[in-house]
Amino acid sequence: MDPSPALSVGPEQAHRVEPAHSGHGPPRGFFRKHVFSLDHKVIGRQYLDLALIAVATGMVLSWLMRFHLAFPSSPVPGLGTVAPTAAAGGIMTPELYLALMTMHGTIMVFFVLTTAPFAGFGNYVLPIQVGAEDMAFPRFNMMSFWVTFVAFLVLIAAFFVSEGPPISGWTAYAPLSALGKDAGPGLGLGQTLWAVSIAIFCVGQLLGSLNFIATTLDLRTRGMTLMRMPLSTWAWFITSIIGLIAFSVLLPACILLILDRVAGTSFFIPGGLVVSDRLQPHEGGSPLLWQHLFWFFGHPEVYIAILPGFGIVSHILPVFARKPLLGPRVVIACLVAIGFLSYTVWGHHMFLSGMNPLSATLFSVPTLVITIPATIVVLLWIGTVYGARMRFTTPALFCLGFISVFVSGGISGFFLAQPSIDTYLHGTYFVVGHFHFVMGVAAMFGIFAGTYFWFPKMFGRMMNEKLGKLHFFLTLIGVYCTFMPMHYLGLAGNVRRYSAFTDDYMAGSLPLHKFITMAALFTGAVQLIFFINLFYSRLRGPIAPANPWQATSLEWSIPSPPPFDNFGGRIPTVTHGPNEYGIEGQPDYIMQATLEDLPEHA
Amino acid sequence: MHTAQITAPGAPSRTGVWIGIATITMSFAAYTSALMVRQGNATDWHRFELPRLLFFNTLLLLASSATLAFARRRIGESWNARAGSDQLARGLAPSELTWLRVTLVLGILFLGGQLLAWRQLTGQGLYLASNPASSFFYVLTVLHALHLLGGIIGLAYADTRLRVPGTRSALSTLGSATLYWHFMDVLWLYLMFLLLVRL
Amino acid sequence: MGKLLAGLLLVITGVSAAVFAARIWWLPPDISVLGVGIDRQMGETMIASGALFVLSQLVLAIFIWQSSDTSKTGPPRIFPGGATPMVVIATLLVGAEILVLTLVGTRVWGGIFLSPPDPHALAIDVQAEQFAYYFRYPGEDGQLGATHPELIDDGNNNFFGLDPANDIAARDDIVSGSLVIPVNRPILLNLHSKDVGHAFYVPDLRIQQDFVPGLNIPLQFTATQIVKKEIVCTQLCGLGHFNMRAYLDVESAEQFQQWLRDQAP
Repeated sequence: MDPSPALSVGPEQAHRVEPAHSGHGPPRGFFRKHVFSLDHKVIGRQYLDLALIAVATGMVLSWLMRFHLAFPSSPVPGLGTVAPTAAAGGIMTPELYLALMTMHGTIMVFFVLTTAPFAGFGNYVLPIQVGAEDMAFPRFNMMSFWVTFVAFLVLIAAFFVSEGPPISGWTAYAPLSALGKDAGPGLGLGQTLWAVSIAIFCVGQLLGSLNFIATTLDLRTRGMTLMRMPLSTWAWFITSIIGLIAFSVLLPACILLILDRVAGTSFFIPGGLVVSDRLQPHEGGSPLLWQHLFWFFGHPEVYIAILPGFGIVSHILPVFARKPLLGPRVVIACLVAIGFLSYTVWGHHMFLSGMNPLSATLFSVPTLVITIPATIVVLLWIGTVYGARMRFTTPALFCLGFISVFVSGGISGFFLAQPSIDTYLHGTYFVVGHFHFVMGVAAMFGIFAGTYFWFPKMFGRMMNEKLGKLHFFLTLIGVYCTFMPMHYLGLAGNVRRYSAFTDDYMAGSLPLHKFITMAALFTGAVQLIFFINLFYSRLRGPIAPANPWQATSLEWSIPSPPPFDNFGGRIPTVTHGPNEYGIEGQPDYIMQATLEDLPEHA
Repeated sequence: MHTAQITAPGAPSRTGVWIGIATITMSFAAYTSALMVRQGNATDWHRFELPRLLFFNTLLLLASSATLAFARRRIGESWNARAGSDQLARGLAPSELTWLRVTLVLGILFLGGQLLAWRQLTGQGLYLASNPASSFFYVLTVLHALHLLGGIIGLAYADTRLRVPGTRSALSTLGSATLYWHFMDVLWLYLMFLLLVRL
Repeated sequence: MGKLLAGLLLVITGVSAAVFAARIWWLPPDISVLGVGIDRQMGETMIASGALFVLSQLVLAIFIWQSSDTSKTGPPRIFPGGATPMVVIATLLVGAEILVLTLVGTRVWGGIFLSPPDPHALAIDVQAEQFAYYFRYPGEDGQLGATHPELIDDGNNNFFGLDPANDIAARDDIVSGSLVIPVNRPILLNLHSKDVGHAFYVPDLRIQQDFVPGLNIPLQFTATQIVKKEIVCTQLCGLGHFNMRAYLDVESAEQFQQWLRDQAP
């Protein structure tokens, strides 16, 4: 069977058995190769580049916030020039602080923690790991990235509108987010741009999730049964199902919010509100409706950020432990359980929202129960480290660090999952410390592990191990010094989202805030080592072999970097699971697949 | 044995449509629950009479699903009539595509009918922001229309692929577009039910 | 490298746990009846989770330390029993913890939010707005006047939109910028917002509750000490959020009555 003449197919692909498989030939021209590329590998790298820009932006915003919290009366050098009105003399106004906070949260959650571990690495690695030439729908895939990119531009544009960037936090609680500029600075056009940006982002992620699911289900190569898929692919697959459901609820929520803001509807705005001495022309809307819709997305979003990290660690840890992962099927079952339970717990964000107090106890139970599968996975990782001959490469170190920070962040969840304790800790820095550990730092460690692990495959060069290890140890110290003290602050009743703690009962916490700020600036500075390593290795790193880590999965059966169709016109035949490490003799591992030239006729 | 052929060729597009159906179902479920919550504590909910035209539009859409079923059977027969080949040396003739085009026309008529229905409502002074019932009416019907427009594009694309020489994958494009179209039909019936009961 | 990481993890765990255990930063002294239960719950959770935290980091560090031993040869060792003991340990350990915490915690939570209001409670109407709280006490008639959003006029101190001209009940309502309450008497607040979402948080009372625009939310507590504390907002409400606060003034029953008389219009 010959491929359709309607499809442009490269010569090495001409006798490929299945034309629908790839759907596009080798790219020609600069734009097709690097900009509007259909190649999942280029798209994955584009997502990672976007995440890199976003994470740098988000980090700088957090430095400014931390600096202001610790030294409220010292000017930030240069800030007065960049923002002459919002930070006259370099000292930021409360609304600028809130804007930085809102943008930091939004950028980090959406454009870093969703794009990098899920869309970025998933795009690059998933099709190769299942033995496909590309995603199921390359055009949707390209659209997915560019739509996300537009969403990012729209969000950043909010910095430059005259009414200022949004200040209602990444959760954009209505009616503050819905009322418009009466409610204060930053709630005019800036807030509208926020809602539009997130709505566009949802579309991009829906397209991406669709691709991930279809590719995993339909494009697996010969012998690649579901149970032979690497755990990273399993995690991306499950994440994409979570994402599909989550973003298809956030999108309607954003559309209704936009309508409330620009079309005068009252979905989220109740009647009788007097804002800035003006009785608002709205009636009957429900602020809790926004919270329900948002958190129905928002809690699963936590797992969208962290499950790829679970997958990456489960995939990478055995490679460097040189032994099989303990209980891979149990891990899969736990991932599925977490994915399912993640849709039953959203109310724990709303214990104090005025929702029926009975439902708080109902939401508390699945919130606590979800720790069981998470604990099982952590114990299986720790059990995998037991008796290993660990090769302490940088990706291995970040995997081990991931386990440590995830445990630290997960355990503080025991406090917040209980409504009775949440009455005290809700809205304090305890929560900030908790979610930064469990979804911020842990997910970042997963991203770092993935970067150091797959960089040789992506760019054909090795990263510098010395710099990598330095980066790891300093980052580990830095994040613990930054986020662990936040738990202490929370216990002392220090509330979050305040731009100053100078003149009230929280003034006593200022020394600890100074320490946190120092630690945060230190941790941020340490990331320069990573950036330098990234750029230097890209240009000058030692040439990487096809399989530098002696790993088994399919991406290591092909050259570094892979050819545009991944397998160079050959067909991978999978004969083993991904977990064949630590067998007697040399080498101590078995590759998952063998590559065969295509038979002349199928 | 073929590579990646755990499922039949052309399956990804069908899987894709099923995933799309799941997504759209989920988002309309979200709108539905928003409607329930919003109506639950509303003092400002004013019910209104749905335009009669909507029932006629519903018939149009139901008819289009029927004609599409005819179209698929007809096109499949034409294809198989060509000596069981997996490949068409020349595209299908316009006469073989008649039912498909009738479907397209019915779909476009449905959209036109919806447009008229919206104009009737605005004529009565019912706009998007007039009250929550009209807000939900416009949001739900406009979103359905936009999704249906996607279906029209899908069917038109299948039409262009069938007109030129090609492989069986053109048939699976038609199959996927058909699946989506029937789903739009079902979704509309659900929305009509919801609007009748709730608005 | 492995030994370095293991050592570092031990140091981090030790320091983190020590600061928690030393209670250098800890909850302020409790001044409410219900706080006792919350504090006990907090203490129990701290011990249970602290033990899990230290234990898991410790085991991780030990295994990392062992795995860095390069002198051994032969195939790596598999964890005795494979995955099963992990599943059993996690389910039993965490499951037991969940069961205990839920059983105890639900009672504490129920005490705050699910118990019927005390018939002798002092009812106070609380309105939150950008960026202040106002507290309204019924005057001698024991009745609160109706509120009319369209009459709200902060410039004329009509924060609640009262209509004393036409509404007798509203005429003797006492409006205060701080929450003055008698000690040891149940208080029943009725929380409502004028504009956007706010919250009521007094760490010393151990309670926190959102104001949701459009809703009236009851909140009850009993203060047990004569103190003056701050009420702060914990729900992001706009640019002045960080500065939104009021005083909670707990006084003796006599002082409170005197205060009420002084406030009467």
